[in-house]
Amino acid sequence: MATATTMNIVNRSATTAPMPVKSNPEISVAKLIDESKCIGCKACQVACMQWNDNRDEIGSTVGVYDNPADLTTKSWTVMRFNEVERADGGLDWLIRKDGCMHCEDPGCLKACPAPGAIVKYENGIVDFVKDNCIGCGYCVAGCPFNIPRISKTDHKAYKCSLCSDRVAVGEGAACAKACPTKAIRFGKKKDLVAWADQRVKDLKERGYQNAALYNPQGVGGTHVMYVLRHGDKPEAYNGLPSDPQISPTVNLWKGMTKTVLSWGMAAAVAVGVAHYFIKGPKEVDETEA
Amino acid sequence: MSQGNEVQRYATNERINHWFTAICFVLLAASGLAFFHPSFWSLSAVLGGGELSRFLHPILGVLMFLSFFIFAIQKMGDNMMKSYDWQWMGRIGDVLANRDDNMPEIGKYNAAQKLMYWFTFLFMILLLVSGIVIWRQFFSHNFAIDTIRWAAVVHAVAGVLLIITIIVHIYAAIWVKGTMSAITKGTVSRAWAKHHHPLWYRSLGNK
Repeated sequence: MATATTMNIVNRSATTAPMPVKSNPEISVAKLIDESKCIGCKACQVACMQWNDNRDEIGSTVGVYDNPADLTTKSWTVMRFNEVERADGGLDWLIRKDGCMHCEDPGCLKACPAPGAIVKYENGIVDFVKDNCIGCGYCVAGCPFNIPRISKTDHKAYKCSLCSDRVAVGEGAACAKACPTKAIRFGKKKDLVAWADQRVKDLKERGYQNAALYNPQGVGGTHVMYVLRHGDKPEAYNGLPSDPQISPTVNLWKGMTKTVLSWGMAAAVAVGVAHYFIKGPKEVDETEA
Repeated sequence: MSQGNEVQRYATNERINHWFTAICFVLLAASGLAFFHPSFWSLSAVLGGGELSRFLHPILGVLMFLSFFIFAIQKMGDNMMKSYDWQWMGRIGDVLANRDDNMPEIGKYNAAQKLMYWFTFLFMILLLVSGIVIWRQFFSHNFAIDTIRWAAVVHAVAGVLLIITIIVHIYAAIWVKGTMSAITKGTVSRAWAKHHHPLWYRSLGNK
């Protein structure tokens, strides 16, 4: 990723006009997070804060390593630590770098009512455009991964941008650059999928029979992918959904409901106008009383 | 109460109440439609843009609900469906065709108005409850994500159904001549009252 890439928009929230550019698998980028290599050092969190100039409130410990305890408007990525008992009685200490998954079919974008507040670029990155955001929080309802956070100060939505500003000038994501074990890689999605397949094969040879690439097809695949040692149980990684999809409720809300009811309103007006022309006004003979 | 050729239908405070609710409704419908479908986005300008719409819409919503509710409680007794109302409803075809002879005698409101009252009542409550759940700034964090998603659907559906109900309400006032003065000046003609609402007209001491 040494060259600058185009940042053409292929999908724009609350926009009915079709976009002239389609998603391009050739320039599609991704971040691959190899959970088996992650040591939980949080260098990625620091790099994210540093590059994006985010300084979160100083929090307090909640008894686990997670710090901060959750994603916030200023902490766009958080290491999630989970202790999981294995069937053989052993204990797995699972660490997952949480943050926006950059879905190929983004639920946030589907739910967003503000034109251009959420965009998806030709390379697959899903970005929030602050100037267009109105702070309604519909993206929170649309997201299958519980990622967007709404600011208590400016009431706008925030999440990982996949360092779209860096990618635009040919740099990779800041978190990938800072990762000391190369557990986080940034590059072209097709290269990383191939790399992950090899990595999964290696892990299987080392006894992790269920190792797998997490690139969920329910949301059209993601531009943040995981290599999981326990690929059969993504939920063990702090509730990572095994088959994430845009909720059917959100599809109902942003699909049929919108179209049918809009025509319903138009029909109500049309019926009124037609009735008036056909049947005429109802008048009372004023001499009746 | 009646003077000359006119009878009082709505007191001053009732008319103020009605128009306050109506103004809230128009502003809410405009900003709500902007959120509902991108084709209506330009209506977000009514409240001064997307962000202001997002901020003001729920506040206006609460005001509309309170205003409507004060009115609705006062009018509840007049809006209970009676047996003659169902008979009247059975002849809705004649009403729509302007064949008003020998209609069953009815009170202050006809069956269609009463049903509209109850639909409006239902949609207002649905909008209030679902609106609180999706009011991100103050309340959404108290609810589960699926509750929020369903509330968004309920709010959208109830909102549009209320708009359709109000379209019918406004059309009825345009179609039935002599109606509008009831909510502007507060009075209607004796002929109008006797023709459309005979039981109510007689209950005022008229013959």
